[in-house]
Amino acid sequence: MVDLSVDLGFMKLKNPILTASGTFGYGLEFTPFFDLSILGGVITKGIFLEPNEGNPPPRIWETSCGMLNSIGLQGIGVERFSREILPELRKFDTKIIVNVCGHTDDEYAKVASYLSREEGISAFELNISCPNIHRNGLCPAMDPEWTYRIVKKVKEVTSLPIIVKLSPNVTDIVSIAISAEEGGADAISLINTLLAMEVDWRERKPRLGNFFGGLSGPAIKPIAIRMVFQVVKRVKIPVIGIGGISKGEDVMEFLVTGARAVEVGTANLFDPYACPRIIEEIKGICEKEGIKKIEEIIGTLKV
Amino acid sequence: MEDLEVRVGKKVVKNSYVILSLLSDSDLFDAKPGQFLMVKPPSPETLLRRPFSVFNQEGKKFEILFQICGKGTLSLSKVEEGDNLRVLGPLGNGFQFEKSGSFLLVGGGRGIAPLFFLSKVFLKEKIKFKVLYGGKTSSDLPALDYFKKEKIEPILTTEDGSAGIKGLVTDPLEELIFSENFSEIFACGPKGMMKKVFEIAKKFQIPTQFSLEERMACGFGACWGCVARIRKNNGEEWVKVCKEGPVFKGEDIVW
Repeated sequence: MVDLSVDLGFMKLKNPILTASGTFGYGLEFTPFFDLSILGGVITKGIFLEPNEGNPPPRIWETSCGMLNSIGLQGIGVERFSREILPELRKFDTKIIVNVCGHTDDEYAKVASYLSREEGISAFELNISCPNIHRNGLCPAMDPEWTYRIVKKVKEVTSLPIIVKLSPNVTDIVSIAISAEEGGADAISLINTLLAMEVDWRERKPRLGNFFGGLSGPAIKPIAIRMVFQVVKRVKIPVIGIGGISKGEDVMEFLVTGARAVEVGTANLFDPYACPRIIEEIKGICEKEGIKKIEEIIGTLKV
Repeated sequence: MEDLEVRVGKKVVKNSYVILSLLSDSDLFDAKPGQFLMVKPPSPETLLRRPFSVFNQEGKKFEILFQICGKGTLSLSKVEEGDNLRVLGPLGNGFQFEKSGSFLLVGGGRGIAPLFFLSKVFLKEKIKFKVLYGGKTSSDLPALDYFKKEKIEPILTTEDGSAGIKGLVTDPLEELIFSENFSEIFACGPKGMMKKVFEIAKKFQIPTQFSLEERMACGFGACWGCVARIRKNNGEEWVKVCKEGPVFKGEDIVW
């Protein structure tokens, strides 16, 4: 029997598989496919204080081994989330992590403060790295001081653990990660999508209504691995790896690089059974390789 | 909703159109006209499944009709009998109708797909209906033989006059509405065509339903990628075509 559990310090997961925000709806969209209780945790779609309108379509464009999206965090806001979604999610034996968004620094704190009063939430993931909200793809996670400021502000209003989700669209990921840690982050998750664009040259038009979108999927996995590698060496808090994970082998790569857990994203969209399949795959890999406890392989890269 | 491994059956290629039979060993879900399937193209160049209206279902076999217009549909056009494909479905909401009604179905190009399936259900249920089917040329009417096999004679239009009435599919619409007493119009096709159908129907105060086409990633409401502007809650919202559609009432669509 393989022990797949991983300990993030502030939270123990039954296995390292979390769902990447934005690719898993509010979680309930996947209940027709599998029991959410098998997951290490559910990370919800990003939530603002009020319902959020999102970007004009087209919002999706497939690329080589990846996809662009410019959804723009359309969603229902904290009130409806607390009333309609949370009570249903709480029925599952898994960690609920709410992805927190804000148009302003204050809004992040207000959302976290509001949701801290609700039962059943294990942690927040601060979405300071969505490329589809501000003009030109700007986001707080592009700036160490902005990152520090938001993390600190949210930390002041909640006692729940905070995972800070970082952007790859930066010159130096390490400095941003350190700022998040200094601001009080309990963990870091990376990477969010890469700011990208495709055009239809015949029509002379951008493929997405919002022009820019975020690139995700298998194409970005090497970038994510590189950034996890850089960051784990420089921060003490746990790092959660995200980027192009679609099979068990990918999870093992992130773990040996030093990630303590991972988030499965785009794979959920093309295969609604991606998470249960990946959990079975890592179990199989561990059995075959004689790994009794998956935690043993974390950060074992020989460099 | 099920995720099925299906076997490719008969494939009919007509110019840029493909009609593909998909066969399952297990008992199939019952799709409703207007519902769709997400089909994974076999090419490793593609990542996402592609949405297709159900063109026909007979027991353990269903069919999709599509036009080759990108790498996904090109890859799907190359599958051979006996190949396996992954299919998720049935998804979304279909057309809503009362059996006592009398309906006009207006299909443009590949938009005919859900309407053929609807026609077959109407035939079976002995519901009164007429089909208006248009394309740019006679080669854009790949479903015609299928209608004929069911002894349905659609009114045809082509822009070049190579089949049926010369002109747009919406050209004979007013006259048809005058001569027949339709209780509702169902349409699917290019956006501009559907808008025109809506405007004409509105003039005669005939309710409408439209099946919308949108790029999708998941097909089951998780990604919010496939939205259309819809009147809702006394305002307008971006609404998921996969979940709340793909069939919407004409008056709810922000044209």
